[in-house]
Amino acid sequence: MRPRLPASHHDASRRGWQYSLHIDAPLLFALVGVSILGLMVLYSASGEDTDLVWRQLTRLGIAFAGMFAVAQITPQVLLRSTPWVFVTGILLLFAVLVMGEVSGGAQRWLDLYIIRFQPSEMMKLAVPMMVAWYLADVRLPPNRYHLLAGGVIIVVPVLMIAKQPDLGTSMLIASSGFFVLFLAGLQWGLLGFLTVIAAAAAPLLWHFMHDYQRVRVITFMNPERDPLGAGYHIIQSKIAIGSGGLFGKGWLNGTQSQLDFLPERSTDFIFAVLGEEFGFLGILLLFAFYIFIVIRSTLIAIQAQDTFTRLLAGSLALTFFVYIIVNTGMVTGLLPVVGLPLPMISYGGTSIVTLMAGFGILMSIQTHRKLLPT
Amino acid sequence: MNRNATFSVPPGRRILLILVMLLALFMLVWRAVSLQVLDKDFLQTQGQARHLRVVDLPAHRGMILDRHNEPLAVSTPVESVWVNPQELESVQEGISTLSRLLSLDRDHVQQLLARNAAREFVYLRRHVSPSLAAQVRMLDIEGVYLQKEYKRYYPAGEVAAHVLGFTNIDDVGQEGLELAYGEWLRGEPGAKRVIKDGQRHAVEDVESIRRPHPGKDLVLSIDRRIQYLAYRELKSAMREHGAQSASAVVLDVKTGEVLAMVNQPSYNPNNRHKLRRKHLRNRAVTDVFEPGSTIKPFIVATALESERYRPSTPINTEPGWLRVGVNTVKDVHNYGMLDVSGVIRKSSNVGITKIALSLPAERIWSTLSNAGFGVQTESGFPGEASGLLASYRNWNPIETATLAFGYGISVTPLQLAQAYAVVAAEGIRRPVSFLLRDTVPRGKRVLSARVAQQVMAMLEDVTGPEGTALAARVAGYRVAGKTGTVRKSIAGGYADDRYLAVFAGVAPVTNPRLVMVVMVNEPGNDKYYGGQVAAPVFSRVMSGALRLMAIPPDNYPILETRNETSGEPA
Repeated sequence: MRPRLPASHHDASRRGWQYSLHIDAPLLFALVGVSILGLMVLYSASGEDTDLVWRQLTRLGIAFAGMFAVAQITPQVLLRSTPWVFVTGILLLFAVLVMGEVSGGAQRWLDLYIIRFQPSEMMKLAVPMMVAWYLADVRLPPNRYHLLAGGVIIVVPVLMIAKQPDLGTSMLIASSGFFVLFLAGLQWGLLGFLTVIAAAAAPLLWHFMHDYQRVRVITFMNPERDPLGAGYHIIQSKIAIGSGGLFGKGWLNGTQSQLDFLPERSTDFIFAVLGEEFGFLGILLLFAFYIFIVIRSTLIAIQAQDTFTRLLAGSLALTFFVYIIVNTGMVTGLLPVVGLPLPMISYGGTSIVTLMAGFGILMSIQTHRKLLPT
Repeated sequence: MNRNATFSVPPGRRILLILVMLLALFMLVWRAVSLQVLDKDFLQTQGQARHLRVVDLPAHRGMILDRHNEPLAVSTPVESVWVNPQELESVQEGISTLSRLLSLDRDHVQQLLARNAAREFVYLRRHVSPSLAAQVRMLDIEGVYLQKEYKRYYPAGEVAAHVLGFTNIDDVGQEGLELAYGEWLRGEPGAKRVIKDGQRHAVEDVESIRRPHPGKDLVLSIDRRIQYLAYRELKSAMREHGAQSASAVVLDVKTGEVLAMVNQPSYNPNNRHKLRRKHLRNRAVTDVFEPGSTIKPFIVATALESERYRPSTPINTEPGWLRVGVNTVKDVHNYGMLDVSGVIRKSSNVGITKIALSLPAERIWSTLSNAGFGVQTESGFPGEASGLLASYRNWNPIETATLAFGYGISVTPLQLAQAYAVVAAEGIRRPVSFLLRDTVPRGKRVLSARVAQQVMAMLEDVTGPEGTALAARVAGYRVAGKTGTVRKSIAGGYADDRYLAVFAGVAPVTNPRLVMVVMVNEPGNDKYYGGQVAAPVFSRVMSGALRLMAIPPDNYPILETRNETSGEPA
C-alpha cells in the first residue's frame, strides 16, 4: 500500500530543488496565485488603500517565510515536540481566560509585551498534531478507549476557546481534531451516534449561546426579518455577489463594495467583492485555486509514509476545505454568520500565519520522505 | 513508530469524505449560479435601488416686489440640519458639540433622538445661516446631514406685514398675498439621480430628471415709500391716542391700485416667535366697522342724482333734533338753516335724515351698492369681508335715518376707500388691485360726472374754514374729504365712551390722484373726533405721498398760465 517513489530518486539532492529546499512547488505556486488574486481584490475592497495592501503584503511575506521555516523541520522533530506544543497551548489558553485582553467583546488576546498573541491560533495546528501523535502509537482503527482519549484531547481546548468566546475558531479546531479521528478509522456506528448526538445537542447549544450568536442563527434562517440590523450584512452581500453576474462589474467598479454598502468588505466579506467585481468566472477561478490546493494537500497525505504525518496532513487538507466552505457559505447566505476569514484573501489576522505554517508542515511531510529500504 | 506504517484510510471513509466534499462544493457553486445567473436581474435592481437615489433640487419661491421693483419678500438660501438618530445615537460627544453649536439644549436633543430612535430622518434645526451650516459641515459628525432650503425674508419687516402675509417653514403661503398668490410664487422643485454611498452621501450625479423651476416674481401695486409713510404716521397716531387698533388705505384714483395698506398693531414677519393671533389680521380688508358720517356723501349723491336737490337746496335742521317714529335723531349743535353742502360741511344728522327720508329707499340702496358697499372688492385678498348692506325692502323710516348717518351698515376700510375713489374719479368705479396694472381698467360709471363733481366740491368744504376737518389739509394742495366719529356698537346698543375716528379723503381736488381712508379704533377719551384723530394722519401721509409721486399742486400758477397761453395764439 505504501506509495513508492520512482526508482531514479535515490537521494534528496538527486530528487531536485524541491527536496533540497523542502518546498512543494505545485502547492507553492497555487498559494502564490491565490495571494496575488487576494491582493488585487483587497486593493479594490479597501478603496484603493495602498498602505493597507502593503501591510497585507508584508504579512503575507512573513507568513510565507514562516512556511519555509516550518518546512525545514523534519516530521520526526515535529512528532517529538508535539506534546510540548500542545501543553504550552493549553497553558496559554488558560492564561488568556484568566488575564487575556478583551478586544471586540471577546477575550482572545494575550499581551506578551513584545507581540500580542492569540493562543487559539496555535491550537489550530496543535490539536490535530496532538491527536495524530496520540494515535500514531496505537493499533488502528482505534478502539473506544483510544477514541475517548482522542475526544478529550479535542474537547478541552475547544471548550476553552468557545468560552472566550470564539465559536468560529473552536468549531474549526473541533473539526480538525475530528478529521484525525475520522481518518484513523472512526467506527460507522460511533459516527452515526455522534451525528445523532450533535443533532440532539443543537438545542442545548442554543441554550449556551450568547445573544449575538443566537441573532446570527435567526438571521441566517431569515435575513429579511431585520434588513437594517442583523440581516444587513447578508442582504448586502447577496446583492453584491448577485449583481456581479457572469463576468462581474470589473475591477474597482463594484457599486455595493465601492459605495460602502457592503460591511466588513476587506475582511470577512471580501468574497462578495470578488463576486461583484469578477463575477461568476472570478468565483470559479478562486475555487479552482482552492480545489487545487486541497487536492494537492490530500495527495501529500496519501503519499505520507507514517501514521502521524498521514493523519496530520489529511486533517490539514480537510480543515482548509472547511475553512473555505464556512466563509464562502456564510457570505453567500448558505451558512450562518461565523466570523471566519476567507483564507489567503481576507485582510489581516494572525490566521494567515497559522495557515501558512500548516502548509509548511505539509511541505515538510512531502519533502522529508525517506527512500525506502529495499 | 513504524508499527502502523501500513495504515491507510479505510475505503468507506474515503468515499464518504469525497462525497461530502463534492456535495459541499456543488452547493456552493450552485449558490453562486443561482445568485449570479438566475437572480442576477433582481439583485442588480436591488443594488441600484441602494445606490441610485432621486434627490430633490429645491427651487426658490418668486420674489414679491413693490411697484418700483423694490423687494418686499425674497427667498434666501439656507440649510436645515437633520439627523439620522440610528447613526447619531452612538456618537455621544457629537451630540454635545452639535447641541452647543446650534444652541440647543443637550437633553432636549437627547430626548428627541430617543423618541425617534426608529426613524432615519429628524430635523434638528431648520433654516440655519450658511456660516453656521459650514461649521456643522466641518464637524463632520456621523449621522448629521444638511439640506438645502430657502427661507423667506421680508426686507420691509412690520411695514408691509399684513399685505404680504408670510410662508410657513416649508415655504407655503399662510397669510396675505403669500397665500393668495401661492401658486404663482411657488417654485417647482427639480429632481436628479445621484449615486449615494452607504453613508447616504451623494458621490456622483448621474442624470438630471427635471430641472427646478423657480417661482415667478409678483409685482405689487404697493409703493414701498408710501407704505412706510403710512405705517409710520399710523403707528405714531396709535401711540399718541392710545388706540386699540388702526388701519389706513391709500388708493390710486386713476387705476384702482392699492398704493399702501397698513394696520396697527403689526408684527415682524421675520421673527414670529412672539406672534399673537390678533396681530395677524389685515384689518383694512378683513374687519368691518360702521362708517358713520363718512357715508353721508353717498346719500347726498343719491339726492343730487334724483334732481330733486341741488347743492344749494335749503334744508332746515332746526331745532337740532328730529323725531322719527319713537326715536330721536340729534345734531351736536342746532345748525339752523343749511343747504345741502352745509349738511355735509357740518355733518348734520338731522339734515341728512330729512334728505334720506325724502328719497326712495331703493335709490339709496343702489347708490351704496354701486359704490361697492355690501360686496367684496375684487382685490382677491384672503379673508376679505363683504360688509353688510341690508336689502332696502326691509327698511323702515328709522333704519333709513340711521343708515343715512352711517349706522346699521358695515364696511371695510378698503371698501370705503373704493367708494371715495368713485367720487374722485368723476363717478367711475374701478376694481381695486394689489397688483401693478399695466393698463387702466375702463371701469363702470355709477354716478354721473356732474354729481360726482358737486359732491367733491362739498367734500372740499369739509377741509375749509367752516368744516370739521381742517387738520386734513395739505399745504399747496386742495383736499376733499369727510370725517366720521362713530360710536362703537356694543351688546344691546351703542357705547357712550368708545368711538371710531375715521377720515376718508381725496387729493388733489382739481385732478384727483389719491384716496386715503384712515380709521382709528377707540382712541383715548380726550380726543376722539375723526377730524382730530384721523384727519392729521391723512394730512401727513398725503403730503408725503403727493410729493413722492411728483403730483403737481392744484394752484400751480406757472403751469396753468403756460397751458392757457399756449392754448391761445398771442
